Amino acid sequence: MKLIVAIIQPHKLEEVKAELTKNEIYRLTVSDVQGYGQQKGKTEVFRGHEYQVNLLRKVRLEIAVNDEFVKPTVDAILKSAKTGEGKIGDGKIFIMPIEEVIRIRNGERGNSAI
Amino acid sequence: MLNISKFKYLVLFIMAILIPTLLNGQDATAPAPAPAAPTLDKADTVWLIVSSALVFFMIPGLALFYGGIVKSKNVLSTMMHSFIAIIVLTLQWTIFGYSFAFSGSNPYYGDFSLAFLNGIDLDTLEGSIPKFVHFLFQGMFALITPALISGAIAERIKLSGYVAFILIWATLVYDPVAHWVWAADGWLFKDGALDFAGGTVVHLISGIAGLAAALVIGKRKGDPSTLTHPNNMTYTLLGSGLLWFGWFGFNAGSGLKIDGLAARAFVVTLIAPAAAGATWLIIEWIHTKKATALGAASGIVAGLVVITPAAGFVSPVSAIIMGLLVSPVCYGAILLKGKLGYDDTLDAFGIHGVGGAFGAILTGVFALSLAEGVTRGHQIQVQVVSVVATGAYSFIASYIIAFLIEKSIGFRIEEDKEINGLDQEIHGENGYGI
Repeated sequence: MKLIVAIIQPHKLEEVKAELTKNEIYRLTVSDVQGYGQQKGKTEVFRGHEYQVNLLRKVRLEIAVNDEFVKPTVDAILKSAKTGEGKIGDGKIFIMPIEEVIRIRNGERGNSAI
Repeated sequence: MLNISKFKYLVLFIMAILIPTLLNGQDATAPAPAPAAPTLDKADTVWLIVSSALVFFMIPGLALFYGGIVKSKNVLSTMMHSFIAIIVLTLQWTIFGYSFAFSGSNPYYGDFSLAFLNGIDLDTLEGSIPKFVHFLFQGMFALITPALISGAIAERIKLSGYVAFILIWATLVYDPVAHWVWAADGWLFKDGALDFAGGTVVHLISGIAGLAAALVIGKRKGDPSTLTHPNNMTYTLLGSGLLWFGWFGFNAGSGLKIDGLAARAFVVTLIAPAAAGATWLIIEWIHTKKATALGAASGIVAGLVVITPAAGFVSPVSAIIMGLLVSPVCYGAILLKGKLGYDDTLDAFGIHGVGGAFGAILTGVFALSLAEGVTRGHQIQVQVVSVVATGAYSFIASYIIAFLIEKSIGFRIEEDKEINGLDQEIHGENGYGI
């Protein structure tokens, strides 16, 4: 079991959701986050004074999957979240192991609970 | 085949409404006799100053109404469209717009004799109110009408293109059409067209202009199914409430005096939107099993639009009927948008264009009294002529203006800027902080 965490461009969310659904991945948690990587932020204006904002709006996806679903999930995100212009800022995917999964409703554990 | 049979029902429906009123046409009574030489009336002046302020308040209301429906990355740019209309068009109206709409003796456009409010003095009157107040009250209409267009083209236009468009449009479309319908020498005014507060002059021509501009600049980027993410429906509800509040001045002030007619106009402005809100929610409940806040707000605005041309001419009962009828018509027009494939972002055409035309024609049907010698049938015919003339003129002129702007300075914003959001790209700000 793996937890896939992906940070993507906000405007790509709908496409990623559609692509995941197409690949039969029906579990997803989404949050609005702010952060920066290579983009190093942007400039905003406040009453004539420019100032640096180094936190950019991104969307964070969390998807817990069984091992055989790791590749299709990653492929779906790669395919749909890339803006395809070679520009920085498209985000990253992190994969980490899951020690245990427990379904709150009935206490079920392990692969079937995911 | 299916389409033809649907049309047949539509025609039967319209005839069912029209025939009884055509038969009743002979009951029409003559209008009041012409008033004596004008003197200043203090009560009228107070009411028109208050009404001007009420109509002005509709513009921030419109900013909220529109601003709530777009995506959060475009909320500021959408609200700014309304405020930029105030800034730019106040200057246009002062410098030459008022003169171009309300002076001269030509039936099609004014002249420049009142440019910079030239010759208007403290004791210059228009009817029973100071000319300054007439300038103010009419000016508020000239500010809000181009702002209405922004709803059709929001989320994908450049600021420079928008400023150029509303400036040219106000000069070549709004000012002349206001002259046709409301100036004493305007050809539709002389023709006897009834438009109390601007069903054609404000709503029809701005809705149609929105459609024309939307056709020129094309659809927003993305699948239609991913486009509807209203960022804050609470703004939209509040905005529709502020529009309604301001609209009492819009309609009840349009007689340019305070009297029983103004009071009745106020009454029908309360009634019609309530009826329209009711039918909109009912239709929505039948269609989607949900009664949405956006539906209530849309129904209210549709009801305000439909009663605008009729406000001074119809009875409270007619206001209920007009309100009940307008929602299915506008709801249908909005559904049709998906089928026809144009992208009217916030349904400026579906509500203001269609609702304005429908209201102008119903005004002929329900008007309580007609001018001497005018039959009901003739009045409806005049109303249809005014709708077709103003609508066709606005569509053609708006299309050409939008097209020339797109080909010269550019109207549609670059794709990467559209993706990042207009707030950040044009204004360098965000509507909402972290």
